[in-house]
Amino acid sequence: MEWLELGRWSPYAVGAGIGVLSWITFLLLDKPIGCSTAFARTSGMIEKLFKGNRVSEKPYYREFVPEIDWEWMLVAGVFAGAFLSSILSGTFHISMEHAVWTEYFGHTPVLRLIFALAGGVAMGFGSRWAGGCTSGHGISGTLQWALSSWIAALCFFAGGIATAMLVFGVVAGGGIP
Amino acid sequence: MKLYELHEKKGLQLLIALLCGVVFGFLLQKGGVTDYDVIIGQLLLRDFTVLKVMMSAVIVGSLGVYAMKSAGLVHLHPKPGSFGSSAVGGLIFGFGFAILGYCPGTVAGAVGSGAVDALLGGVTGILIGSGLFAAMYPRLRAGILQKGDFGTRTIPQALGINDWLVVIPGCILIAVLLVILENAGL
Repeated sequence: MEWLELGRWSPYAVGAGIGVLSWITFLLLDKPIGCSTAFARTSGMIEKLFKGNRVSEKPYYREFVPEIDWEWMLVAGVFAGAFLSSILSGTFHISMEHAVWTEYFGHTPVLRLIFALAGGVAMGFGSRWAGGCTSGHGISGTLQWALSSWIAALCFFAGGIATAMLVFGVVAGGGIP
Repeated sequence: MKLYELHEKKGLQLLIALLCGVVFGFLLQKGGVTDYDVIIGQLLLRDFTVLKVMMSAVIVGSLGVYAMKSAGLVHLHPKPGSFGSSAVGGLIFGFGFAILGYCPGTVAGAVGSGAVDALLGGVTGILIGSGLFAAMYPRLRAGILQKGDFGTRTIPQALGINDWLVVIPGCILIAVLLVILENAGL
């Protein structure tokens, strides 16, 4: 079982594994893998704690009921699975140091947190606007050859590459990296 | 037990979903895509791990899911879309993708691997952003989200041709792209 302790697997093996996992979710759950709706439901559940049941009357939450559903369990599983994998390989460590970040911005943990928070807000907003994320559109939608998902996935990367080049190349560095 | 009976059993569905999630998270972590450096490396076009994982998942997933569809075992669930929703939302998502350095699935995996920025910044931000969207949804729904609507159509349906005429050449094209990337040393 040494392979379970390896730090990295081939990206092709991992991708093929995710492909097979898609067969299983289609077959056993009648659902494609997705992650961002779980965050929308959780956001609704948190809002309900403060504002009560009238939150459920909002048009968005009538379509996406704030409750723990299969996708919420899937995302909880992702957390647990990644924890298990990183413990087995000995790569688990509590930190917010990242080599690429440090290369461009030096040791600036507060700035990194501000970026993560701002990026998270844009991502949460954008994933709901587009109706899916890198899992729901980027993998599950494209493998079904859905028109909406191919357009969304291309825009995820177009927007992501342009922003990364701008932030890391022009703003933090000098010229395109 | 028939498959449709299994789909009706709510508790069992939640348990299967949790187990699938554990496998998904395990794979994402082993693939390295729960790592900020790997995701930003992809967006800076230095490291193509993210694309390799996604593209091989699409090839394997697509062949199996369409084979099972042809055998009458599964139904497709393509998401509805429009240019106003898929393209504009996709670009906003992409901006967030590069600033945060994780996506909604990998952020959960990054938290599981110990990334503090993923938990304090990423998860919190995504929850706030989702809530903001829910608040603005009534106005957006009546406007931009409807622009250039194309429904839940798949590419084979849009072209009006047999599924396999898109699936097989599409998968071959993706495989060729992966071979080119590998040969270019990326």
